[in-house]
Amino acid sequence: MPVFWLILIVLAIAAAGFVVGRSRALSSAEGDARKLHSLPSFYGNNVVIKAIVPAFLVMIVWLLAQPLVVASSVSGLIPESAIPDNSSRGLVMAEVRRAADGLDAAVASGGMTEDFARNARADFNDVTERLQEAGAIVTSQVTQPVLRAAQRFRVLNATGKTLMSGAVIALSILGALWGIRETKAEFRARNTVETSIRMLLIAAASIAILTTVGIVLSLVFNTVEFFRLYPASDFFFGTTWSPSFSGRGGSSELGVLPLLWGTFYISIVALLVAVPIGLFSAIYLSEYASSRVRSVAKPMLEVLAGIPTIVYGLFALLTVGPLLLSVFGPNGLGWMQAGTAVMTAGLVMGIMLIPFVSSLSDDIINAVPQSMRDGSYGLGATQSETIRQVVLPAALPGIVGAILLASSRAIGETMIVVLGAGAAAKLDLNPFEAMTTVTAKIVSQLTGDADFASPEALVAFALGMTLFVITLGLNVFALYIVRKYREQYE
Amino acid sequence: MTDATVQGGAPAPRGSIHSIDARTAKRNRAEKRFRTYGKIAIGIGLFFLVVLFASIIRSGAPAFTRTVVDVPFTLTQTQYEEAEGTLFKTKAYSDFFIAALDNQLREQGVEAEFDADTIERLLGKVGSTIREYYRANENQLGEEVSFSLATSSRVDGYLTGRVTRESMTDSRFLMAADLDLVDRLVEGEIITSEFNWPFITGADSGVDNPGGAGIGASVVGSFFMMLVVLFLSLPIGVAASIYLEEFAVQNRFTDLIEVNISNLAAVPSIVFGILGLAVFIQFMHLPQSAPLVGGLVLTLMTLPTIIISTRASLKAVPPSIREAALGIGASKMQTVFHHVLPLAMPGILTGTIIGLAQALGETAPLLLIGMVGFVARGYPDGFLQGFVEPNSAMPAQIYTWAARADVAFYDKAWGGIIILLIFLMIMNIVAVVLRRRFERRW
Repeated sequence: MPVFWLILIVLAIAAAGFVVGRSRALSSAEGDARKLHSLPSFYGNNVVIKAIVPAFLVMIVWLLAQPLVVASSVSGLIPESAIPDNSSRGLVMAEVRRAADGLDAAVASGGMTEDFARNARADFNDVTERLQEAGAIVTSQVTQPVLRAAQRFRVLNATGKTLMSGAVIALSILGALWGIRETKAEFRARNTVETSIRMLLIAAASIAILTTVGIVLSLVFNTVEFFRLYPASDFFFGTTWSPSFSGRGGSSELGVLPLLWGTFYISIVALLVAVPIGLFSAIYLSEYASSRVRSVAKPMLEVLAGIPTIVYGLFALLTVGPLLLSVFGPNGLGWMQAGTAVMTAGLVMGIMLIPFVSSLSDDIINAVPQSMRDGSYGLGATQSETIRQVVLPAALPGIVGAILLASSRAIGETMIVVLGAGAAAKLDLNPFEAMTTVTAKIVSQLTGDADFASPEALVAFALGMTLFVITLGLNVFALYIVRKYREQYE
Repeated sequence: MTDATVQGGAPAPRGSIHSIDARTAKRNRAEKRFRTYGKIAIGIGLFFLVVLFASIIRSGAPAFTRTVVDVPFTLTQTQYEEAEGTLFKTKAYSDFFIAALDNQLREQGVEAEFDADTIERLLGKVGSTIREYYRANENQLGEEVSFSLATSSRVDGYLTGRVTRESMTDSRFLMAADLDLVDRLVEGEIITSEFNWPFITGADSGVDNPGGAGIGASVVGSFFMMLVVLFLSLPIGVAASIYLEEFAVQNRFTDLIEVNISNLAAVPSIVFGILGLAVFIQFMHLPQSAPLVGGLVLTLMTLPTIIISTRASLKAVPPSIREAALGIGASKMQTVFHHVLPLAMPGILTGTIIGLAQALGETAPLLLIGMVGFVARGYPDGFLQGFVEPNSAMPAQIYTWAARADVAFYDKAWGGIIILLIFLMIMNIVAVVLRRRFERRW
């Protein structure tokens, strides 16, 4: 039974429970709502909560746990001898999963009967051919242990699903009955309902923590796995990045330094574009511009922030790259070989960051109290002198924080560098050279054909970890600076 | 008497106050310069905006027109049987078509030389298209049927100026000589341009047919993703904000939540992609490339945005409302759900729409969960399948096109961007209108 229908059934039980609970409460007070402890709908809601919450909790936990339980029990069915030398248990399990999916597809399309799918034996029947006919992706001949495991996998999954449906529906009905049973006129329904809603609110708020934990765990586990296969010192201090495409070859060199260099170089170019333009725009808009100019120019600049990064990426690849190439390329100054380069990506990323820098600085400059400006004017300073010597120093911590936040954005930006910066990892000083970044390599290592257990794919998690730590550090540092050096005005 | 008046030592002013001394002039010049820097900075920012939009519109427009060859065509019963009798059936149909086209050109008074290969390069496999049509509609035999055949994307490019005789090299896709025929066809008004509906409604076509590629299927993919994001992030985001804003007491736990939310808002989107890959695909074995997974990842990404804006609008509801509700005997929960939340709703919806718009344009996490490289050849079979069947999403589709080697796909990518931006614009306008219409100021 699909999960969707299960959810609908539980909701239907809850709806019925609401009606029953409400009317039972009313009838227990002989139809006089004033004799009830709470409003009648609270009694209904009490039943609804008891019917839904435990059932859904069990369902979520079951959905999370079932793949693990099934995988570990099926994995035990594969004897050591069935694992080829250059392979691993994980790879064989992936094959088992594919075979099981293939069997499902074959049964669905009518290529096999359910009975055949359950009992076929690879050494007697033409299972592989039939699977391929049904459109399943079967890489090699399905061997008997794999097929047996796949059949077991299907059976376990099917029983698991049936059991889950049964358990969830039973739990939902039991919950509803419990709620209905305790419905009496003197039952404190409102307090119960409100406590449970409060719990749900807390649970929703904790999802932020869960997400962080999820990010950290998924990064840490895979990174540790990577360092088991590839020495950490080579990763952090290696100066060449050349993953081999063969997969399990030991010849990959996965040094992070060229990627970090590319990342920082592009970010620096981007900040050199964004900070002056953004800062001066903010100063002009907040100090000089009339309110009419401000009401037009500020939203227009902010449009730049609402444009998706894929658009900037395409802009870099197809407009800015060729444009720079025509000026600095072989037909011009001869500094540039191809349209994708540090300069291309940096320039476009700078454009993307302008509104980020300008609106953050704008807020900060506006927060400087007018009395400080008036004091400065009173001493005879011109407007620009006031800005440079009074307003900017007062706003400096905030502006530094804004720039740090912008650089953390630049370091984490993906689409512009994937499309605009090139693919070659180099340690070079020429800004017209193609270089690549941490984010671009995460994408290319995880979207290729390499299998998940190889260092070539796992390195992406180590890169992700590096990226996460750097951006997190920058953000925390930015907040720290803003808090520590903020002037307190009345 | 003081010393000052006795000595009268102050130097006499060296000029009148009507003339500006050198130092003041310098300061005024500095003032003017500084002001100009500001103007220049804004000018550059706006210039970039204009250039960006100009290049999007200029490069994207060709994706919305396509050129078709209109040829009235009659096939008699005998011709049909004759063609079905031959060994190379589609070749026979193609020959009939060439004869019809030749006739048509002669009627218009245009002379042109061409052969079957040229036709195949310009119009694709005409013979099989016609054969399929007549096999499906045998009753049309003997009637005049007008075939509108889409030309290859390179012919589109030639007519819009992207491909020129000078820039092109002869290839198996298009030869310089073919363009003579195109010129003749244009002369005879047989080639016409029309609005490219298949681009908007169609699905991706695969690497070798840029002309037939459409964005429709990925719009559907994006739609399903946005449904997931909306139905998860709105309730969760609102619940979390209500807790943090209305109930939470200052303690370690709430501090931890606050820190986490502000950090998640700044985590690069690609990291969310890694999370999705590791948790939803590696660990939970949800299907790859499915809008459900994309939606889950984008939900986690949009949550901080929604929480931040929801908290701002809850904060904007004045305490007097809460006090009044509490004063007439409402419980804390009733106060929040019956009074504060409805008043904050416009602000919450505005924030949600803006969060959705952000999620709609996000690409990087989708790359990692396999929504790129997947060729979405058709629409999902039904509503429920729409969530779990592999599909693409708009930004992922644009990236796929941009990453293909064939230049003809670049037009499609730009066209896709125009569609994406139109969706974003609509969402943002709705958000602004909502805010203008319903926002209350106390």
